[in-house]
Amino acid sequence: MAQLSYRDAVSLGIAQEMRRDPNLVMLGEDIAGAGGVFKTTVGLLDEFGPKRIRDTPISEQAILGAAMGAAMTGIPVIAEIMFSDFLAVCFDIVANEMAKSRYMTGGQVTVPVVIRTANGAGSRFGAQHSQSVENWCMMIPGLKVVAPSNPADVIGLMAAAVRDPDPVVFFEHKSLFATKGEVPSGEIVDELGKATTVRTGSDCTIAALALMVPRALQAADRLAEDGISAEVIDLRSLVPLDTRAILGSVVKTGHLFTVEENPRLCGWGAEVASIVAEEAFWDLDGPVVRITTPHIPLPSAEALEDLALPSVERIYETVRTTMD
Amino acid sequence: MYELQQSLRQFEKRAYDLFMENLVKGTSHLSLGMEAVATGFGRAMHSDDYTFATYRGHAHTIARGAPLGPVMAELLGRENGILKGKGGSMHLTSVEHGMMGSYAIIGAHLCIANGAAWSAQMRGTDQVAVAFFGDGTTNIGAFHEALNFAVIWDLPVVFVCENNLYMEYTPIDLVSAVPNPAADRAAAYGLDRIIVDGNDADAVYEVATSVFDRARRGAGPSLVEAVTYRHGGHSRADPGKYRPAEEVEAWLERDPIPMYHQRLLELGVSESELSAIQQSVAERVEEATEFAKQGAVPAADQLFVDVWSDGGASWRN
Ligand SMILES: Cc1ncc(C[n+]2csc(CCOP(=O)(O)OP(=O)(O)O)c2C)c(N)n1
Repeated sequence: MAQLSYRDAVSLGIAQEMRRDPNLVMLGEDIAGAGGVFKTTVGLLDEFGPKRIRDTPISEQAILGAAMGAAMTGIPVIAEIMFSDFLAVCFDIVANEMAKSRYMTGGQVTVPVVIRTANGAGSRFGAQHSQSVENWCMMIPGLKVVAPSNPADVIGLMAAAVRDPDPVVFFEHKSLFATKGEVPSGEIVDELGKATTVRTGSDCTIAALALMVPRALQAADRLAEDGISAEVIDLRSLVPLDTRAILGSVVKTGHLFTVEENPRLCGWGAEVASIVAEEAFWDLDGPVVRITTPHIPLPSAEALEDLALPSVERIYETVRTTMD
Repeated sequence: MYELQQSLRQFEKRAYDLFMENLVKGTSHLSLGMEAVATGFGRAMHSDDYTFATYRGHAHTIARGAPLGPVMAELLGRENGILKGKGGSMHLTSVEHGMMGSYAIIGAHLCIANGAAWSAQMRGTDQVAVAFFGDGTTNIGAFHEALNFAVIWDLPVVFVCENNLYMEYTPIDLVSAVPNPAADRAAAYGLDRIIVDGNDADAVYEVATSVFDRARRGAGPSLVEAVTYRHGGHSRADPGKYRPAEEVEAWLERDPIPMYHQRLLELGVSESELSAIQQSVAERVEEATEFAKQGAVPAADQLFVDVWSDGGASWRN
């Protein structure tokens, strides 16, 4: 076990897969010489060379188009889109091309691409560089959606994403890059679609993703002081979604809270709530409660941004008052 | 090349008839009148080269050798269709023939063709990727991104603009900054200005051979503008009435197939040889139609097949 930052886990996760598969290549803006604007690809150029780690122009459609074309002709690709907000610029390739080819070609085309992108708020970057856009991707049939919350998961889920034959959008959280965590030595390979129960509890279930996982854990610590035992589930992947883990926990605790960073309208928490309402209604002891960012563009000022995102305090307060 | 042009023409005429009989549903975009482009390029390609086409992709698919029966069956939405009835007219694909797909959203496939060319470059093969698109496509961002990207990476890719003078219903010169929407922009990417008579299969073949040679030599991409004309409207719904009668008349005079026929006669091929070719193509189109009509309607469970690589459609456990 070693302590590693989330940021370093990204490059380690990519390196692990590039060592394993000599065909795997990566492209994106400023990823090679510069090591990425978030320094998540530092060292990769030195180890794998300019043929496998390639800088591109500011051409998001060209980046993802090239990724798709290479992948469908036998070369698996990791493509970086610098900020997840920029997925909007190339969303045609993501939503209409990569996601649909297998189905509409009767299974002839497979697109083993991982789109890595920096998601989420907390850096005071304002409304065009802070969004959590996992919902944009979650609703598209044909895409897989992953968002790790800690360094070990970054590596394990990166491996799972790279080895998956379907297009995977891999959301790295900007505000987690500097955080550290224990990482076991040796190769780490996870499975997509498996949630983790990061804290067990008996009174309520809190389902969270990415940055909201450590916040939910801190809130659970405080709830414990009040005698409320909260179980925290790190969903890790939205597609495939580990509904078994969610339903199993809700059956045990009787209460579900979802904590999501994206704006409230049509957020993934609504999908989770609806699944639970349909399939575990009689096991619920109260309504499912969603803790979200309001339906607003994100403000830049520190005080306002902090207010928008679900905070430890807000999670704690919401759960405590609901459970009263 | 005469035979291929005949196949494309007769196949699409039949597709049109089947429309009229309401056997082909949805929409379809025919390239009647534009056969020489698909033919010239198709014949110049190696069997392992890659083709990327638009929703107007019947001809490009057939030119790669995809079998007529399954293609026709796809238009009819049958289970024996080339895409098992899941894709339809606008998405014809046959990976085994190097036909890497027909893309219905303008511009994307130019970027995707780059990727196939990049992969060929990395694998060290001499494959070339060819992206066909219309004149209207030159005004979307993806066109410009794709060209710049292909040039800076020296990709073995050929971009072929089939300039049929209209985007959908609007003449291209009304909505473009330059008269030749592809060729006039080549210089912006450091490429040669290449314009070819898109109704002359031999001229197209010659240009195709030279740009393919360049790509295989590692000398990078090319942009070709083939000037041609569609005989009919943009799609099934369009009678094409916005076009001046004299213009249509003048282009019908330059129909690529009678022109090619005439050339072959002048070169000493006999009328009877040519009509034998026509006849055998007619028989194959007939067989393809029968094959398609015999196809079963896809079973309901096919709805849930092939969203994911495990074959299924489940996004939750
Ligand atoms: C991004 C996008 N915008 C608009 C359309 C609708 N559309 C379909 S075909 C077409 C015209 C395209 O003209 P051109 O590129 O000249 O090709 P042609 O149909 O002449 O072969 C348009 C606007 C589309 N499919 N995709």
